[in-house]
Amino acid sequence: MSNTLRVNGTVHTVDVPPDMPVLWVLRDVLGLTGTKFGCGMALCGACTVHLDGRPIRSCITPVSAVTGKSITTIEAVGQTSSGKRAQQAWLDVEVVQCGYCQSGQIMAAAALLAAKPHPTDADIDAAMAGNICRCGTYGRIRAAIKRAAAG
Amino acid sequence: MVRPPGVSRREFLSVSVAVGGGLLLGFELPAPPPSAFEPNAFIRVDRDGRVTLVMHKVEMGQGTYTSMSMLLAEELEVDLADVRLEHAPPDDARYAEPLFGVQETGGSTSVRGNWEPLRRAGAAARSLLVAAAAATWNVDPASCRAARGTVIHGPTNRSLGYGALVDKAATLRVPSRVPLKDPKDFKLIGTPAKRVDARGKVDGTAQFGIDVRLPDMKVATLAACPVFGGKLASVDDTRAKAIPGVRQIVRLDDAVAVVADHMWAAKQGLAALDIRWDEGPNAQVGTADIVRALADASLKPGVVARDDGDPVKAMAGAARKIDAVYELPFLAHTTLEPVNCTVHVRPDGCDLWLGTQVPTFTQTAAAKLTGLPRAKVRVHNHLLGGGFGRRLEVDFVVRAVQIAQQVTGPVKVVWTREEDIQHDMYRPYYYDRIAAGLDAGGKPVAWTHRVTGSSIMARVTSELFPKNLRVIRAVGLHQVIAGMKGLDTDAVEGAAEPPYDLPNIRVEYVRQEPPGIPTAFWRGVGPTHSIFVVESFIDELAAAAGQDPVAYRRALLDHSPRARAVLDLVAEKAGWGQPLAPRSGRGVALLHAFGSYIAEVAEVAVSPAGDVRVPRVVCAVDCGTIVNPDTVTAQMEGGIVFGITGVLFGEITIKGGRVEQHNFNDYRMLRINEAPVIEVHLVSSGEAPGGVGEPGTSCVMPAVANAIFAATGTRIRRLPVKDQLHPVS
Repeated sequence: MSNTLRVNGTVHTVDVPPDMPVLWVLRDVLGLTGTKFGCGMALCGACTVHLDGRPIRSCITPVSAVTGKSITTIEAVGQTSSGKRAQQAWLDVEVVQCGYCQSGQIMAAAALLAAKPHPTDADIDAAMAGNICRCGTYGRIRAAIKRAAAG
Repeated sequence: MVRPPGVSRREFLSVSVAVGGGLLLGFELPAPPPSAFEPNAFIRVDRDGRVTLVMHKVEMGQGTYTSMSMLLAEELEVDLADVRLEHAPPDDARYAEPLFGVQETGGSTSVRGNWEPLRRAGAAARSLLVAAAAATWNVDPASCRAARGTVIHGPTNRSLGYGALVDKAATLRVPSRVPLKDPKDFKLIGTPAKRVDARGKVDGTAQFGIDVRLPDMKVATLAACPVFGGKLASVDDTRAKAIPGVRQIVRLDDAVAVVADHMWAAKQGLAALDIRWDEGPNAQVGTADIVRALADASLKPGVVARDDGDPVKAMAGAARKIDAVYELPFLAHTTLEPVNCTVHVRPDGCDLWLGTQVPTFTQTAAAKLTGLPRAKVRVHNHLLGGGFGRRLEVDFVVRAVQIAQQVTGPVKVVWTREEDIQHDMYRPYYYDRIAAGLDAGGKPVAWTHRVTGSSIMARVTSELFPKNLRVIRAVGLHQVIAGMKGLDTDAVEGAAEPPYDLPNIRVEYVRQEPPGIPTAFWRGVGPTHSIFVVESFIDELAAAAGQDPVAYRRALLDHSPRARAVLDLVAEKAGWGQPLAPRSGRGVALLHAFGSYIAEVAEVAVSPAGDVRVPRVVCAVDCGTIVNPDTVTAQMEGGIVFGITGVLFGEITIKGGRVEQHNFNDYRMLRINEAPVIEVHLVSSGEAPGGVGEPGTSCVMPAVANAIFAATGTRIRRLPVKDQLHPVS
């Protein structure tokens, strides 16, 4: 069955079941592997992408639900102001370790910064608590969000 | 930046592991005309001046690609920004870890094992490039120096880039021994150089094993028998085959896999299978049975790991005797990148794409299954989305190859998170009996500790000993003999040699395997278990003696000045002794393992409902000479979060022979809103480098438990803490 979705500004028509999660469309059909599979149940945040600028868990979002809407992934979030600042802050603060969760972390942070340019610690907790980092980079994620907000 | 190994490498010189673990540069066969300068297994310089460093240790977040590159670049005289990295192919002869004898990344060994060999490799390459330039100019090499990928002749101010020197350098003989820099001349080592793998990890271009895409590749996911040791009885795949995108159902002895066009179809197909399992002999096994067997086994004498003085006599003469039982649960690794492996089996060869801590074991496993010679099995290593010991195992390689043998073309086998948790190889359940006799002043005059649990070492070494001479040379004959006697040197590491003055000490190990449940190393390996027990128990002794936990430890460290120094530093930085709110407390722990000394103070706050929060952890580290201080700090931060997850929540339980946990809803991870503020203080030292990947985890677990005791008076002798603390009104 054919589904149409807009990803990073490009419209794609894909022949997949309508209940197929956006995560697998991105990774296995469109080849955008920056978005990660971590749990498949919206428990870890590794699959976070933006749907019309808002963060969603792509592992539980069926492709039929994004028709006519705009998806942004880690591959293109640097073209947004908040995404670019988040990525640079991540580099400045040396956040990453294994890096597997960081696509999702940056997508969640970029959405937070776009909605709240100067987030408090409580805002950061609320926006980022859904994103697990098994390497434990949480302190640096918090520092990077504050740095991105300042710069 | 990281690209897979592509061009075949000219074998002009090789690096081989010498007896005793050192690296030697030696000649091999005469080479064809060179296209690049490859003085050893780690460095390649192309004619265009491009420098490639070959990474034999794998990057799983611990910063190894950066520190290994720093060691090479320091002596090679190149900027980190100007080098490319390449994952090394499997090759024990060239890339074995000097401390293990096989190509393996784990045990916090990378900097410890490669501190000198990689600097020597860099220095040897640089000396050849300098010699080539000197020969070109017909000047004394001593009048030339290298900097930033260029050789400069000072007196005439001439310079030549490394690329221009490739052809000549390749014809020169490698000097037998090139002196290394005096540490005071280091430009890179000791600086917080930026991670070399960071950019790709913030823009989505970093390639993990799970990101592999190949022409005509299929995706598979699998279900193994949920009961350990069970078999596949039958499967009805009628409904699964009707799902669009499902291509094939693969049956294995104890598992079924669905091969599809994409992961979604594979998952849907798996859910649609009607599978019947023969659950086998473990179908009734539960955690309580396993613990009962451990408790029984722990009553028997074990293999002696340490026996100093006369603990029996000293115990009998002690003014007071304290004893305790400590229990630590099974733990899963849950790397955030679920277990996966992509395989293409052909009649004439086999290719594997994955992230692995053990490339040569991976190659061997695939060769055995396919019957191909090892040379026909190519392993394309990738960045690892977490290792923590999980990717030291090849169980998932075996399954992927078995599936791929039934599939035409390449197949990516991806485990669901549920499969990843329910078919991990687990940190063993440990059951420890520990006792001490105190003199009238409260000082421990006798100490006995019996560790009971699964032996990971026995399983791992049975595959290696005594067949692999290289391994025996690397780890030492005494380890082999200890293993033959039944001693697991890993299980007692941290228990057999506490840093304290304990004149009468006996430490034993009893091996007791849980039925069917596979066990494996987990971040912190032996010390993560042993340090928890020793540091909790020494805290018990301090309490029994009515003494301050820091002062009590300090008085036992006359012969361990580095341990005492980190203890003093952490106490000072943590504000030890300053008042805290009610039901809040500080706990301290001290570690000497992996060649490093660490002390940590955790602060906890326990809610009236019994929930534990860890708002702050202070850490003091003496890991000897530091290659990259920011890496050390990051490893402590990460290790501490990993340890807090373990101490508060981590627990795999067994019921009906199967794991009861499924996903991150019932196997909890610490999250950002629960994470402490972490302060890391590094001790400046000229001692040999120690490991830093694991000790942060091992040390924080008892620090948190001891803080809970300080806050509530409840001693945590069984992990996790979870709901052990009763609500107060």
